Amino acid sequence: MADIVKPKDYKSDTRPIWCPGCGDYGVLSSITRAFAFLKLSHEQTAVVSGIGCSSRLPAYLDTYGFHGLHGRALPIAAGLKAARPDLTVIAAGGDGDGYSIGGNHFLHACRRNMDMTYIVMDNNVYGMTKGQPSPTTAPDWPSKLAPHGTGIRPFQPLAIALSSGASFVARGFAGDPAKLTRLIVEAINHPGFSFIEVLSPCPTFRPEQKEWKHHVRQWQDGPAPDPVEAASRIHADDGMSTGIVYQSELPAWQPGSEPSTTIEKLEQGFYV
Amino acid sequence: MNNPNTVSIAITGSGGSGAVTTGMILLKAMAQAGFYGIMSRSSGPQIRGGESAVMMRFADHEVHSHDDGFHILLCLDWLKIERFADEIPLHDKSLLLGDRDAGEIPDILTASGAQGQLLPLKKLAGEIEGGRSNMIGLGVLAEWLGLSADIMNKALQEVLGHKKDRLIIESSMACIEQGMKLSPFSAPPLTTDWQISQARRWNISGNEAAGLGALKAGVRFVAAYPITPASEMLEWLSPNLEKIGGALLQAEDELSSINMIIGASFGGVPALTATSGPGLSLMMEGLGLAVASETPVVVVNVMRGGPSTGIPTKSEQADLNLALFGFHGDAPHIVLAPTDIKDSVFTVQWASCLAEQLQTVAIVMSDQFLGQSRAVVNPPQVISQPCQRITSSAIDGRYQRYELTESGISPMSIPGTPRGMYTADGLEHDARGTPSSMAQDHLSQMAKRRDKLLHFDFGKHWAEIEGEGDLAIVTWGSISAMVREAAQRLRLKGIKTRVITIRLLMPLPLKQMKSAQQGIKRCIVVEQNQSGQLYHYLKGMEALESHSSSFARPGPLLIRPDELVTFVEQQVKHG
Repeated sequence: MADIVKPKDYKSDTRPIWCPGCGDYGVLSSITRAFAFLKLSHEQTAVVSGIGCSSRLPAYLDTYGFHGLHGRALPIAAGLKAARPDLTVIAAGGDGDGYSIGGNHFLHACRRNMDMTYIVMDNNVYGMTKGQPSPTTAPDWPSKLAPHGTGIRPFQPLAIALSSGASFVARGFAGDPAKLTRLIVEAINHPGFSFIEVLSPCPTFRPEQKEWKHHVRQWQDGPAPDPVEAASRIHADDGMSTGIVYQSELPAWQPGSEPSTTIEKLEQGFYV
Repeated sequence: MNNPNTVSIAITGSGGSGAVTTGMILLKAMAQAGFYGIMSRSSGPQIRGGESAVMMRFADHEVHSHDDGFHILLCLDWLKIERFADEIPLHDKSLLLGDRDAGEIPDILTASGAQGQLLPLKKLAGEIEGGRSNMIGLGVLAEWLGLSADIMNKALQEVLGHKKDRLIIESSMACIEQGMKLSPFSAPPLTTDWQISQARRWNISGNEAAGLGALKAGVRFVAAYPITPASEMLEWLSPNLEKIGGALLQAEDELSSINMIIGASFGGVPALTATSGPGLSLMMEGLGLAVASETPVVVVNVMRGGPSTGIPTKSEQADLNLALFGFHGDAPHIVLAPTDIKDSVFTVQWASCLAEQLQTVAIVMSDQFLGQSRAVVNPPQVISQPCQRITSSAIDGRYQRYELTESGISPMSIPGTPRGMYTADGLEHDARGTPSSMAQDHLSQMAKRRDKLLHFDFGKHWAEIEGEGDLAIVTWGSISAMVREAAQRLRLKGIKTRVITIRLLMPLPLKQMKSAQQGIKRCIVVEQNQSGQLYHYLKGMEALESHSSSFARPGPLLIRPDELVTFVEQQVKHG
């Protein structure tokens, strides 16, 4: 049965650099499962990332990929999708990459609502640089860089995605690949900018996150089509509810139309 | 002022007085009449209602530079004229036209010795329904230049026709005819003995020319963030890209625009962005990624006064160091500069071709003078044969994106190509693209990126070289037009002068640079910045063969041809 598409078909032969127990393994396997479920064409799929532990992900997939700059996954993904609307484009990265150095791109990618999926593996810490606080770190978490904690309230990814215009907003958990796979499938199928914040524990710098598996739960209701309802659910939540919280059909940015003239004709306009 | 059959006219006015529109109509009319010309612009910092000036020069042959002074300055009013006085040099033979009802001529203008003449511009305009003083002034200039009412009418239709308001056109034409009768000149029209060109000529701005060059090279995706003085290039590209099946995306900032075009180019679509100094500074990290990941991209940098926010509306050539050396790490790339307004078509087209062929970054150094000026010129040279990046179509076995090849160029697999999957990377990588920190991979990939430029034959377009003799002036970009005119004047004075205008600034073709200097005993490097950026670059590259000196001055004032003539004469005299 040569037609059977398996998740491992989407894995490359490059071995991840991640620590044992890293949540990102769960995200990687959920992505390959989702690709297999959707039977995505390898050559018609591109996964774009920034810099950080989780941003290493594209190299572990047998699709086209771009491992770009810290914080700039979304612009590369936007340019690629605008130039090649035929491709399935997925951007991936971490919380520092997406919410701090790439924060402005996050807002505008939500606003543009281009048809792509953005998966953020959030572990509330900068892992690659060895344990500094990220935008989603709690204010009282002590680290070498901020021994008394940052004293700054955490960034609210779902609320910000919603208010910035994303048309699909969800949270997943790396420790539950079956549910995460379904979320990724829904996100890829959604015609617009789909954002999935994934709780992805860091066993090395945030060992206490191993407890997350005891706290995560499903949102009681399905996706809210109304942003006010979705906002109230997000703000009432402790950050541990998973599932799609908001989904609606908002117009997606699309590149222009078929050619209507030639360069030679444009040049005629310059004659005196 | 010894170039025959040219005339220089400036028009100034406060916001809403219509100085720029007046200049546009006059340029069109002179073009219709069979002449050539350039028109540059200067404006104050206001968003709307700011004062502005147009500086024009007309001739019966192609002109690319301004003269040392102006024959006529038409001031629609005297408000804030001091802001432009330095940019519009007058002399005792200049004629200063002003409005009789606008008060006395300011001292700053009469100090030049220019002859003032006050005309009833406002009064006559008031007698015509919907009449405006600038159109009366335009009529005065038209008569002096020997332009017929028919030609003026045609030019007027072309510039104001889009307003679709008959009254505007009719009242403007009535004003122009009144102005023509008002002519305060006793001599016959200036263009009486000028030769009328039958050639089909273009009327194009440098920003439009750069946009056209991009389209001709196959650029079909542009992402950019608005910035003065590059925005007009983007505004020309946006509708025209759409018409030929491409797209322009306005990014949230320059960090985004450079990365967006990297993404598009990775997708196989030739891509470009345009910006100015502050934007280029923000793009440097992205440009390094394009070099390391071998993704072709083009940046047109329309320079303005710097550093920092500097002078957004005025010209300077001070971003050369940034374009050459702004990258972290060793990042081989291409830097080019157009040699005049219309050459922006060729240079941007060539830049995009080179970026595609060599899979790297090409930065084109335009500036406010080149970008925002218009020229009536013979059609520009273009590249006729298509140039494409080398791609992999049929892939057997294991695809190696960064394979080490003899030329240093490795075929690029475009998404959609079966079995060509790879991950592009800004991390150092091995031949497959897998991140690697091994010395061996770093050395071989660095050598690959260097050698693909080193071994490439850039051909004859690296510079424009003219003139003989043992004195050379080496220059680049917009200021080179003034240098070429100065050299013509030096030759008339018996000083043989060679001018080398470098179009390909990086990688500098050293061998060709040396042979271009054969027989040269003295060399002067001319540029519009404070520190002599090109001069020090050429010295550092050991590219200057003889005794050399630098003539470098920051913007926004142009370096005028006679200034250079005097400088060169002194250099020659003092040995």
